[in-house]
Amino acid sequence: MADRKDDGKTYWLDKTGSVDKVWWALLIVCFLLTAADLIYEKHPHYEIEKWFGFYSAFGFVFSVGLVLVAKELRRLLMRKEDYYDDD
Amino acid sequence: MMIEHLSPGLILVLGATLVPLLRGHLRSAYMLALPLLCGWQMLSLAPGEYGQFALFDYTLTMLRVDKLSLIFGYIFTIASFLSVIYALHMKDIVQQVAGLAYAGAAICAAFAGDLISLFVFWELTAITSVFLIWASRSERAFRTGMRYLVIQVGSGVLLLTGAILIIGETGSITFGHIGIDSLGGKLILISFGIKAAFPLLHNWLQDAYPEATVTGTVFLSAFTTKLAIYALARGFPGTELLIWIGATMTAFPIFFAVIENNLRRVLAYSLNNQLGFMVVGIGIGTELALNGAASHAFAHILYKALLFMSVGAVLFRTGTANGSDLGGLYKTMPWSTTFCIIGGASISGFPLFSGFVTKSMILTAAADEGHWITWAILLFASAGVFHHSGIKIPFFAFFAHDSGKRPKEAPLNMLIAMGLTAFLCIFIGVYPAPLYAILPYPVDYVPYTTAHVITMLQLLAFAALAFAFLNRYGFYPPELRSTNLDTDWIYRHLIPRTVARFLGSLVEARNELRRWRAAAAVYLLDRLFHYHGPRGILARTWAISGAALWVMVLLGGYLLVYYL
Repeated sequence: MADRKDDGKTYWLDKTGSVDKVWWALLIVCFLLTAADLIYEKHPHYEIEKWFGFYSAFGFVFSVGLVLVAKELRRLLMRKEDYYDDD
Repeated sequence: MMIEHLSPGLILVLGATLVPLLRGHLRSAYMLALPLLCGWQMLSLAPGEYGQFALFDYTLTMLRVDKLSLIFGYIFTIASFLSVIYALHMKDIVQQVAGLAYAGAAICAAFAGDLISLFVFWELTAITSVFLIWASRSERAFRTGMRYLVIQVGSGVLLLTGAILIIGETGSITFGHIGIDSLGGKLILISFGIKAAFPLLHNWLQDAYPEATVTGTVFLSAFTTKLAIYALARGFPGTELLIWIGATMTAFPIFFAVIENNLRRVLAYSLNNQLGFMVVGIGIGTELALNGAASHAFAHILYKALLFMSVGAVLFRTGTANGSDLGGLYKTMPWSTTFCIIGGASISGFPLFSGFVTKSMILTAAADEGHWITWAILLFASAGVFHHSGIKIPFFAFFAHDSGKRPKEAPLNMLIAMGLTAFLCIFIGVYPAPLYAILPYPVDYVPYTTAHVITMLQLLAFAALAFAFLNRYGFYPPELRSTNLDTDWIYRHLIPRTVARFLGSLVEARNELRRWRAAAAVYLLDRLFHYHGPRGILARTWAISGAALWVMVLLGGYLLVYYL
């Protein structure tokens, strides 16, 4: 997070490439967590939980789906900021 | 009746009335002492029923102490203490009195042993809390407060009606298991459902909470809805309908949360989503599920307050809570940023944070009972809540693009309140045993298993990856200044418009009638003129001879009639 220099003006996140580093770090974490599926004993309630990478796939697919559906909902639901003030 | 048998909540309700008499630091100290005193009395309570007195043929029970009422009593007291610290910088006496009385009313309601006492304090929470909205002192806040008040009081009226039906049927006013078989039970379920923000009854929450004051919203977020959760757990455990209602509640608000710009409204939607988890737990009704619902309510009050506190600090310092106008605040508000992230991690259920050890009980209970659709919806909602509360809120407020705003860090009292709340969120997550010990039923649940930790981390890491992916490649919907329609559209737009149109058509009809009347008058005058006007037949000058002739005809006629 904020790696503040003495003058309080330069921040690590503002440097070029920092955001890329965060992105790659996240990818590595995701990879390692999914790979961990191979090494522990599962105690699933449902058959599907035994699948390799089920929680990873579920988290990713449904989160992307959530955002894309919500984005489309804007067409239906979004009005200008003072919509109710006109009444 | 002995003084120690009064409801601990009364210490806050009655104590609040003395706040205006004190000034300065004395008042601050007094306001901090009240929740401590309340908590101290609560700790001394032994299970049982106290504070009973007769009203007509019935016995009211002001104070029923059991594990279910105690856990809500504890957390309400903690929440009131933290909220008072958060509001210490504020000198508005209306909010100080209203906040304390509101917290006290909620505690009294949680300890009420009969339906009549419950009704009284149910309404008192409504009446006291509305001042926290009105205290924003704007036309907009006033209108929002009126809508809020009508809906909240309406919930109380339904509760009273249902209670009267049930009392008439059973002859007992005890507030115990109610069930939905009788009409009274159905009415009470709707009454509780309004306060618990069931789907379609929910929108008062997203309407009102973002309009309250910075400190008022922190109070509001803790009590009303969780009081409803308590009441549902008391009156309707194991009601299968609640599983479906709760599952719907966890899922649909997160779509709104993704596209909402006002970050306090985003939090109101995620509050709604978290209530859904608790309602599912109550609906399942097993010991594990009810423990899950109660513990999740406990943890939820803390992390939700923490999130509202951190976004409130941003609003306090910058004057806005809109994601579109914020960003980059981590540079000057590092503590608020940290606390916000802790709140986000807790609500998302990261291992070592409070949500992890409470929400998972409800998911496990759902899976245990074979509710696989509900389980899948809750899993989706868990990923979704991380997405908008765990990532979106901290990201758009404190990171994202630099808004250029360089506000000061939050005031010291706010930081202390946030720090204490954050500590509790982590404490519960790391060491859940004390919380598990005060749950309604014995706990036979181990949250920290390898499988649970890894699967939860997988779910959350990939939800984060989804956010990062969508943002990086430009698919993420930008924060836009906007209003999103929700069910409040019905009573804020459709009904007023329809009524206005109906009134408009009445005016139209009146105008039409006036036109007819005018036309009729013109016609009448025209006819009068025709016959009586200067050239009318009746106004013509007649010759003398003509008159003489008419006189002769008359006289002749008279003679004729005389001789007949």
